[in-house]
Amino acid sequence: MLEILLSLLILAGAGFTCIGALGLVRLPDFYTRLHAPTKATTLGVGSLLVASALHFSTRGAGVSLHEILVTLFLFVTAPVSAHLLARAALHLQLRSLAALPPEAGQAERDENPVDH
Amino acid sequence: MRRLLPHPFLTPALAVIWLLLVNRATPGQVLLGLALGWAIPLFTLRFWPETARMGRPLTLLRFVATVLYDIIVANLMVARLILGRPERLRPVFVVVPLALTSDLAISLLANAICLTPGTVSARLAPDRRHLLVHALDAADPEQLAAALKRRYEAPLREVFEPC
Amino acid sequence: MLNLALSLAFALVAVAFVLSGWRLLAGPSAPDRILALDTLYINAIALLALLGIHQSSTLYFEAALLIALMGFVGTVALCKFLLRGDIIE
Repeated sequence: MLEILLSLLILAGAGFTCIGALGLVRLPDFYTRLHAPTKATTLGVGSLLVASALHFSTRGAGVSLHEILVTLFLFVTAPVSAHLLARAALHLQLRSLAALPPEAGQAERDENPVDH
Repeated sequence: MRRLLPHPFLTPALAVIWLLLVNRATPGQVLLGLALGWAIPLFTLRFWPETARMGRPLTLLRFVATVLYDIIVANLMVARLILGRPERLRPVFVVVPLALTSDLAISLLANAICLTPGTVSARLAPDRRHLLVHALDAADPEQLAAALKRRYEAPLREVFEPC
Repeated sequence: MLNLALSLAFALVAVAFVLSGWRLLAGPSAPDRILALDTLYINAIALLALLGIHQSSTLYFEAALLIALMGFVGTVALCKFLLRGDIIE
């Protein structure tokens, strides 16, 4: 029973990780590609780590919860790096499938004057 | 009291993180964790310009539960979109007007938006009144903005800005 | 059962590595490459979690935690560089 649950968690986690990377290759422009790793991969790794916590907790050596720490950390940091990447992309005015709001890229430039 | 314990919520949170890190819950480690949780906010006091005030813990819990549920739904949705036909996507930029004012509430909202339904928060306007959001697949941008406001911003307002 | 699932999972994560590696090489823009690096380090955490289960060893946890910390700091530093042209101001 436990083994089935573990196997399912592991497969789901690895599957989502793979789908996230697949999205990185398949999706058409940078802004859509940004969605794949921040969502699919984070949940994939999250469920892998939960599987790991479950595995070590049920081996009789006491409860093992420190994997939760990595999961929490990932869930806190993934949005931050996604946000920063989106800002960097707006700053460089990357090509986008969606119509950019007219003043966004310009405002980003005004706030962060750069001498590249 | 305020000088000795500037962040009453941070102390237990740091203690729990310490216990998770050492992966043991012996009384000694609990005490050490609490000591660290007391000392770290005290020494980093100057990095915390505003003290967050939280009311309504139940609403906060419900908000966290909503976000966790939405993370799973959003992941299934994004996975389906990736495996489907990428050329059929309707990506769009939406400007969401903000009613929140505190820094912590805005960053929590931005994080929740990033983790949930096919959206990434891209940019906060310098006047902190508009958040630019990129959506992976949205049929109706207006409706999306309204949904984000209703689902995430309303509970955050209740928790952090009771008025 | 568990071993079969583990083997499949290793294969899937390896495919994920190859796919994000391709994006890292193909670009076309700098943020694309940073995003690929970000994905690569998350994949590495997944691989370490799998290895930990496979070998029943908790040693890999510290490595995973360190990769998570360093990967995040690296992504933020690279984005800051793109935004500002400088990291430490």
